Amino acid sequence: MSTAKKSEAVSTGIQMPKPDPAILLKRDQIVAALKAIVPGEGVVDDPTAMKPFETDGFLAYRFMPLAVVLPETTEQVSAVLKYLSNEGVPIIPRGAGTSLSGGAIPQEDAVIVGLSRMIKILNKDYENRTLLVQSGATNLSISDAVSADGFFYAPDPSSQLACSIGGNIGMNSGGAHCLKYGVTTNNLLGVKMVLIDGTVVELGGEHLDAAGLDLLGVICGSEGQLGIVTEATVRLIAKPAGARPVMFGFDTSEYAGACVADIIGTGIVPVAIEFMDKPAIDICEAFAKAGYPMDVNALLIVEVEGSDEEMDDMLARIVTIAKRHKVKVVKESQSATEAALIWKGRKSAFGATGRIADYICMDGTVPLGQLPYVLKETARIVEEYGLRVVNVFHAGDGNMHPLILYNINDPIEAQKAEDCGMDLLKLCVDAGGCLTGEHGVGIEKRDLMLYQYTQEDLDQQMAVRAAFDPEWILNPSKVFPFEARGNQKPLVESA
Amino acid sequence: MSVFEPKSEEECAAIILEGDSFEIQGGGSRAVGRFDGNSRNILSTKGMSGIVDYEPAEMVMIAKAGTPVSEIEKALKKGGQRMIFEPLDYSGLLGNKSKSTIGGLIATNASGPRRFVAGAARDSFLGVRFVNGKGDIIKAGGRVMKNVTGLDLVKLLAGSWGTLAPMTEVTFKVVPQVETEATLVLLGLSDEKAAQAMAAAMATSCEITGASHFPVNVASSFKEFGDNSVTLLRLEGFKKSVKLRIENLQKALSSFGEQLILNDKQTKAIWADIRDVKPFADSTNTPVWRVSVAPMTGYKVVAELGAENAFYDWQGGLVWLRMDAAPEADKVRAAISKLGGGHATLVRASAEQRLSTEVFQPENEAVAAISKRIREQFDPMGKFYTGRMD
Ligand SMILES: Cc1cc2nc3c(=O)[nH]c(=O)nc-3n(C[C@H](O)[C@H](O)[C@H](O)COP(=O)(O)OP(=O)(O)OC[C@H]3O[C@@H](n4cnc5c(N)ncnc54)[C@H](O)[C@@H]3O)c2cc1C
Repeated sequence: MSTAKKSEAVSTGIQMPKPDPAILLKRDQIVAALKAIVPGEGVVDDPTAMKPFETDGFLAYRFMPLAVVLPETTEQVSAVLKYLSNEGVPIIPRGAGTSLSGGAIPQEDAVIVGLSRMIKILNKDYENRTLLVQSGATNLSISDAVSADGFFYAPDPSSQLACSIGGNIGMNSGGAHCLKYGVTTNNLLGVKMVLIDGTVVELGGEHLDAAGLDLLGVICGSEGQLGIVTEATVRLIAKPAGARPVMFGFDTSEYAGACVADIIGTGIVPVAIEFMDKPAIDICEAFAKAGYPMDVNALLIVEVEGSDEEMDDMLARIVTIAKRHKVKVVKESQSATEAALIWKGRKSAFGATGRIADYICMDGTVPLGQLPYVLKETARIVEEYGLRVVNVFHAGDGNMHPLILYNINDPIEAQKAEDCGMDLLKLCVDAGGCLTGEHGVGIEKRDLMLYQYTQEDLDQQMAVRAAFDPEWILNPSKVFPFEARGNQKPLVESA
Repeated sequence: MSVFEPKSEEECAAIILEGDSFEIQGGGSRAVGRFDGNSRNILSTKGMSGIVDYEPAEMVMIAKAGTPVSEIEKALKKGGQRMIFEPLDYSGLLGNKSKSTIGGLIATNASGPRRFVAGAARDSFLGVRFVNGKGDIIKAGGRVMKNVTGLDLVKLLAGSWGTLAPMTEVTFKVVPQVETEATLVLLGLSDEKAAQAMAAAMATSCEITGASHFPVNVASSFKEFGDNSVTLLRLEGFKKSVKLRIENLQKALSSFGEQLILNDKQTKAIWADIRDVKPFADSTNTPVWRVSVAPMTGYKVVAELGAENAFYDWQGGLVWLRMDAAPEADKVRAAISKLGGGHATLVRASAEQRLSTEVFQPENEAVAAISKRIREQFDPMGKFYTGRMD
């Protein structure tokens, strides 16, 4: 993904359905109806203005939607869904459009329902440690709103400045600090959601463990296929007394990988353990001047929390473990500024990489013990394709993020990068892991689903999907491979 | 009608294909819900037992669904680990001697005191194999900590109380044991003051892992506190860290009156009692409700009901409520809804009371319709008994 050199190049490896001509013909009528529901600036139908909505963070694919509607209230979302589902028009829910798997990419006969105008924080409740927010609000705006009062919202995707809480729910997003505090599903207490027929339901709330079947659990990570979330109740956590990132440099990725497994196994739960290989260290250091050690081939950023004494104690334990794994450099941040720089470097890894090349970011997860093996195999596979790779990822939970570098304007290389990515994901599944740890399936990994699941497994998931959206109106081209859909609607005709 | 105890998932699938009208059962220790007395086949998972894979360094365990929880806990202890959600054992409260199974534990999402900070059973639950009503053997989730590959059916199975499908194998996260634990006790607080104290404690950086309150008449079941209400705040971790944090907590809560500290052994004992609802494990069948509301709402519900026998966990948001005679479901649920919402489950009552009461919180119409459709998708021919959750 490269914002620096946006290109018009479009890959074609992933099939999308042929647009329904009947819907295309009705476009004017649909736009007029949407304008009646959401007045003012709320409907975007001019091709130039719709350009930013053609794709998301998965830039290699783009399609002009039929129209974009940006409601301001749950009532409007409800009326829009009721109308569009009656008309049989596909709907693409969209937050900030930062999905890396194409989860928010539209199709030509679909209307994007964007939540970017629903960004209010509705209630802060510190005694109950919850916050009620509209789903278009950015992830960071939640923590910012409560920070001065000593609280934070834990899941912190690197895209937190831009991505929305609704998108986080859609993808069950994680972040560096999820090792200790869990991902979105572990921090979400309730939602207000509009169902495909316009019905508004509330699930959960300020209490724990909603009654009945855990619908909240299945909605989280459902990639906009079950309904549109308009409000969320999330859990707040009191800020730690202090936090300190420490850098550990190693001669090889294998040493670093083995060290991760050992730290976790001893009962120390750092807040984060992030891994960077040599190319990642070089790129991030050049970008952020974070003071990363340059004479090592692998770097772990381990963050611990607590009072100073506690952090000293915990770090001493971690250093002892790291020594067993031949650590070469141990570097503690000496000030808040230094700590911020260390994280700035890590969190800008994707952006900084994007400045030197286009890339696709893989997201497979593997059991911790497999990290050294998978890193080695990754290097081998990427080399076989004649490409380069940058590894920077959430090591503490085995969530790999190899960035495969390529040139988006070179169709042959682009195809190679895509194929290479698929091989890396298969590697993760073969190692006992899964295709995606936090970025979602979207269109990117859709056609690999049968590599991880059997037809029966997918049938069961699709059946649950159909319990919410029987006609497959919501984000219909995502997650489930067309060839696996069987008698599920829609009987997709590939373009 | 018969009892089936398949030894493998294939056998389980064959039984489901051939038969009809099954009540899914694990160890039978959590007989919460409505059983209408109609005779049904019992489909028990007990025959599918044993730990399939456990590597402590991976922090994951895979076990067949019928494995006794005691066996799992023994293996974990040996590996220096535990289930972070602190599995709640209903057998004392319900007065049965049945051995609970890991499948049953997850199916009932039975989480203990640590739930409010460390997640429920469902949050530790990573992967599952089950047989649906069509006899298909299905897997969902996996064995890694982070996984967003497709719809999260794992969460649906957790807390489905055996009404969706029999699980045959479960994979869950485990974590290292802590070095030590301690409890700060505040004496003599009213329910309201206790709620405030617990909220204040949670707003510190002390990382509380248990926050419970016992009004005087319930506290008296613990001999050691005399004639006082007690508010308990638990800390866990490395010794040095716990010591430091308990000092900080003492300072932060100094305005809330008299304090006591319980050591590691006392802490373990009392939190096990809280977890397993010991104060109401009285060998009777008097109705007991498990109420979940916002932390600051718990004491208000109790006050609204004028209830005499109640105690609080999860910072006040979990209320264990013992009634005198009748369950009075309408009254309990009206109070909850008036005070901002939540839910109540009637975990103990006589068989007749359970039949005439909605044991689980009724869902609103739209939500109930979705749940019904989901059930149909797991079990299109209606072979599994779902009345238990009605
Ligand atoms: C530079 C960069 C770094 C990133 N780092 C991370 C990271 O560290 N961790 C991580 O997990 N992800 C990361 N991501 C991926 C991405 O930011 C997340 O997936 C994010 O949650 C998407 O949020 P969004 O608001 O952009 O959603 P979108 O991209 O707009 O949508 C994501 C999905 O959710 C659905 N959706 C959106 N809003 C709603 C709603 N209100 N109701 C129902 N469905 C909805 C969409 O249909 C789509 O399927 C990164 C992306 C970038 C570009």
